[in-house]
Amino acid sequence: MLGDVFNAQFIASSIRVAIPLALAGLGGVFTEKSGVVNIGLEGMILTGAFTAVAVTNFAKNPWVGVLAAILVGIFLGLIHAITCITFKANQIVSGVAINLFASGITIFFCWLLFGETQIMVKNNLPIWGLSLPNIGEASTLVRNLIVIFAHHSPLVYLTIIIFLLSHIVIYKTPFGLRLRSVGEYPQAADTMGVNIVKMRYIAVLTSGALAGLSGSFLSLEQAHFFVKEMSGGRGFIALAAMIFGKWTPFGTAGAALLFGFGEALSIRLQGVSAVPVQFINMIPYLLAIFVLISAVGRAIPPAASGVPYEKEIV
Amino acid sequence: MPEIALEMKNITKRFPLVVANDKVNFSVYKGEIHALVGENGAGKSTLMSILYGLYQADSGEIFINGKKANISNPNIAIHLKIGMVHQHFMLVPPLTVAENIILGMEPRKNHFFIDMEKAIKKVEELSESMGFKIDPEAKIENVSVGIQQRVEIIKVLFRGAEILIMDEPTAVLTPQEVEELFEILRSLKKQGKTIIFITHKLNEVKDLSDRVTVMRRGQVVGVKNIKDTNQEEIASMMVGRKVIFKVEKKPLNLGKVTLKVEKLEALNNKGLPAVKDISFEIKEGEILGFAGVEGNGQTELVEVITGLRPASSGKIFLNNRDITNDSPRSIREDKIAHIPEDRRRRGIISDYTVAENLILGSHYLSPFNKGLSLNFAVINNHANHLIKIFDIRPSDKDNLLKSLSGGNQQKVIVARELYGEPKLLVAAQPTRGLDVGSIEFVYQQILNERDKGKAILLISADLEEILSLADRIAVIYEGKIVNILDPKKTNEKEIGLLMTGSTKNKELLKVK
Repeated sequence: MLGDVFNAQFIASSIRVAIPLALAGLGGVFTEKSGVVNIGLEGMILTGAFTAVAVTNFAKNPWVGVLAAILVGIFLGLIHAITCITFKANQIVSGVAINLFASGITIFFCWLLFGETQIMVKNNLPIWGLSLPNIGEASTLVRNLIVIFAHHSPLVYLTIIIFLLSHIVIYKTPFGLRLRSVGEYPQAADTMGVNIVKMRYIAVLTSGALAGLSGSFLSLEQAHFFVKEMSGGRGFIALAAMIFGKWTPFGTAGAALLFGFGEALSIRLQGVSAVPVQFINMIPYLLAIFVLISAVGRAIPPAASGVPYEKEIV
Repeated sequence: MPEIALEMKNITKRFPLVVANDKVNFSVYKGEIHALVGENGAGKSTLMSILYGLYQADSGEIFINGKKANISNPNIAIHLKIGMVHQHFMLVPPLTVAENIILGMEPRKNHFFIDMEKAIKKVEELSESMGFKIDPEAKIENVSVGIQQRVEIIKVLFRGAEILIMDEPTAVLTPQEVEELFEILRSLKKQGKTIIFITHKLNEVKDLSDRVTVMRRGQVVGVKNIKDTNQEEIASMMVGRKVIFKVEKKPLNLGKVTLKVEKLEALNNKGLPAVKDISFEIKEGEILGFAGVEGNGQTELVEVITGLRPASSGKIFLNNRDITNDSPRSIREDKIAHIPEDRRRRGIISDYTVAENLILGSHYLSPFNKGLSLNFAVINNHANHLIKIFDIRPSDKDNLLKSLSGGNQQKVIVARELYGEPKLLVAAQPTRGLDVGSIEFVYQQILNERDKGKAILLISADLEEILSLADRIAVIYEGKIVNILDPKKTNEKEIGLLMTGSTKNKELLKVK
């Protein structure tokens, strides 16, 4: 039975399930490194998921849908940035507001435009990479390798590139150095002439873009439909992945894979096991709780995360 | 007439509650070390923040090398070759020395990437030019305060600064580190740099600078050549009246042992031993001073005595009664008063009024509390009474604490803690960040308590304070008492060596 569950297909599906978590988690890394907490990721994913399907169906082109999801993510990011950075409002409240807004607005437009609460994707993204050999044409090993590494949606490869680039940007470029300083000790960055407001805006908009992209993957690729509340807490699990990954891109990717594994397992076990499905559905969430508890002692967030920047009055 | 590097004319800056700078004129010659002195709140930091572009003046003009400058942000100041070393270091702890130095002006390779090799080389060159070595790849959170300050200086030089503003640079240093800093500053002066040195320590002004500008209440009260003046004159210019520098102490009149600490051990927040095998006694009418570089267990020791941190072993006795690991409330009820080191975090609630702050800790007791509610008639009377005795300004009991100056906030704490007639007063850094007038007041209160026969535990990073107040001085290093000295038979130098764990004093260690 284990062989039925843990095969190449399963690993490939873990990767696919991990992608939305990883992208949104990376968005979390950017904003928190800059000192802004963004729990609105959940709502941004949801809005991205809806926008992607809606625009894809109208434009008859999934790439336009993906782009639209990113833009909508950036727009929500902009709202969060204006509230939190320019107006120095409470970042948690702003994030909650975005989540509530997203859950209402998506279902509103869903009814308005399509007259139903679930819409199917009419134009799917292509699969890139090598084609799957038929059984007998290649050895099992080769076939498995192709299934795991080389037979995915373009967004999977894009995600990998985004992670590599993010690592380089955060740790090897002047922008990254400034980003890290702004989230740790903005007063110091300010005296060095770093524009804190600009850095934080860029970071929050980036997180919106990544969350929007995450949502588009979720609906276009993973589910092939949009349904209300389909983000299902992924924004929060993404934040858990970010924390477990110690606010680094690669750490977050690793943590997202772990959570993806949990979710893929819960999907896979539904047909196989005698355990009631409700318990199996808990697996990713339990995993998140367990991982966070075990990581709490060691996880040190950027020192200024969540604190609006104000010049001190002497 | 020497060349003028910098001139600020008629600078005025208003904040909602105060005029921080009132038509200030300030000028500095090229290549001099110019001291800027004044009490806290005199407007020195505001003036320098305006010069560095952190604030905009409401009116007035700035000239750099004779040219009018409009410094609207720090970038422009940096461009004009002005650099500032802040009192609270502007360093990002998890980043490395080199990263902190290049932040905002990173050398690049291939246009997009940081050229870390070049950065490291430049950092090494600059540190060698001032005669010291530094590890560019060490993380700031792992290096000492003295090193951090050097990083700040290199950071400023890296930006090509010709005018350096040093905001109270010696406040956090040991006497040895201060001497080393002065060497560095003198070598910078030799390289032709202009240095503005903000301080309230007048002996430093005398030792280091060429000229001094004195500020009081937002105005410049005078500019003097160091050769033509003395400490007393500068001090009286600062406060507008004569200051007693020699603390007048009555002869020691010892009573019974009040506090006895035996083989006390405690852990710090990281779970490492911070207080190691500490034993001492304090008698009635005595001030025991703890001298030591901050972070050598003083904070933890105070917290254990006041019940805020558990002792891992050892005993604390108050009048022969074991109070080890009692709750903070029960310890307060035993009449141990505490002036905490971190005023804002532990001493006051800044969003509460003066009257409310004055009853914290006894708010649950009669007469302040009647049944389920607070008795505001009594609380207000109590507040008005203490405001008068301790001269808390402004004298309105309904002001929020955060609207008071640091000195007056401290007066509120002192008033509250002394009101209950404590048997033991634990005073940790009681004058930190206070101006000369408030310091004098706090000294008076502490000495009054001593003369009334109270036992006092004084912890201070300011050696002068310890030397002038304490009847005995315990030097603490890495959580241990290195030695207990008689202030009459020691000096800053000896204490300074002991508190840095200097190896020259191995014999002393053995004696203990």
